[in-house]
Amino acid sequence: MKQPVILICMLWLMAMGPATPAYGATLSVQVKAGDVRSTPSFLGNILAKLPYGARVAATGERGDWIGVAGGGVTGWMHRSALTEKEIVFKAGAADVDQYATSEEISLAGKGFSEEVENAYKSRNPNVDFTWIDRMEAITVSQNEMLRFLQEGQVRP
Amino acid sequence: MKPTDRRAFLGFAGKWVLGAAAAPTLAAFLAGCESMGEVAALGSSIAASQGWISEEQGQSLVRSADAVGKSFQDITPEQEYYIGRTVGAVILQQYRPYAEPAATRYVNLLGQTAARASERPETFGGYHFLILDSDEINAFAAPGGLIFVTRGLLRCCRSEDAAAAVLAHEVAHVHLKHGLRAISASRITNALTIIGAESAKTFGGRDLAKLTSVFEDSVSDVTGTLVNSGYAKSQEYASDADAAVTLRNAGYNPNGLTDMLAVMGRRLDPGGRDFAKTHPSPEARIRKLHPLISGFGPVGAPPARQARFEAAMRNV
Repeated sequence: MKQPVILICMLWLMAMGPATPAYGATLSVQVKAGDVRSTPSFLGNILAKLPYGARVAATGERGDWIGVAGGGVTGWMHRSALTEKEIVFKAGAADVDQYATSEEISLAGKGFSEEVENAYKSRNPNVDFTWIDRMEAITVSQNEMLRFLQEGQVRP
Repeated sequence: MKPTDRRAFLGFAGKWVLGAAAAPTLAAFLAGCESMGEVAALGSSIAASQGWISEEQGQSLVRSADAVGKSFQDITPEQEYYIGRTVGAVILQQYRPYAEPAATRYVNLLGQTAARASERPETFGGYHFLILDSDEINAFAAPGGLIFVTRGLLRCCRSEDAAAAVLAHEVAHVHLKHGLRAISASRITNALTIIGAESAKTFGGRDLAKLTSVFEDSVSDVTGTLVNSGYAKSQEYASDADAAVTLRNAGYNPNGLTDMLAVMGRRLDPGGRDFAKTHPSPEARIRKLHPLISGFGPVGAPPARQARFEAAMRNV
């Protein structure tokens, strides 16, 4: 009995896609710098970049885009930049204990983190991260992307 | 293409991606909830009854294992980012970067455009692209969005739409978290159990050492899959379908992928250590793609687009 119930629940969850935030829900930015756009589209102007852990209120939804208000700005963020969990930066023992049992918080800097990467580097001095850091420094601004599309007559 | 065709395409392709992505998820989930939690419960109760650990510690381990029963889905984007950085660094031990500035800039403009048009435009550290100085026909997507593509694979592209298809396929692997799925569930359990078990103390040197070992093993799981064994065929087909959706969203012709696969089919060396070893045959991929993109005509790039593609690829 247990397995078919789990199966049905999973299929339902997968059909629903990522969790849908209720209007008014508070969400957290789960990326280093989350883009807030003027319109619910990758072509929308970037109004602001919100830092990791910033809290925003969900004010609407259109497809994979969530209307947000927070950090002194209102606009649209892509669902992939947001989580329903609260991101805790300086975790105390109680937070860590809650993490093991709760779906509600996420610990920044815990688990696979900069600290672990540094420990890995000490153990593996032959693995060179120079080019990884160089790759990460390559950025493409929204204006550069829009110009690239326009010049190539690429019409999304 | 009529709007109705377009909707039908997106709906069909979307379901295909969902279906292909669902099987491993479901398997991982069932494996997680049906075995991992129970095994942890059994192991902990034996350990507790033998007095190896306290009852409370035993319960904590059960809770931790239950909490991570959902496996790779519980890896946060931040953790995915750190796994991806090291996976990338390990790949670069085997391949030299091809750092020609014009080509690198072009690949990043094209790749980041595809990533933003994809269904996962935002990762913790963003998408970044690097060309590898190799004649092999190969590409690697590290978790989190560090994407590597060889000169040999770029040479299979005759148009910008084809190059966009190559990059969109790699973005799809990041979107569908295929790299993270390669990490064995037991390692994720181990990692999160260590984090859960630190509740009573600060992050000690011994825990850091243990976590670093799990990290090393997780990175090996991913690089081993990327470089040696390859993903499941179903994951490659799902990435092709996902790439077709991304290309359409971005304004490129998904037949760029078909064109590239046709060239690749002629160039792949059977028995090579590249896509010949790790991917389904180009012919099979074209067959799977056909029903999804048959409504699109042949790639006919405007002269300005073709000219900049050729200029960027001149030395590749």
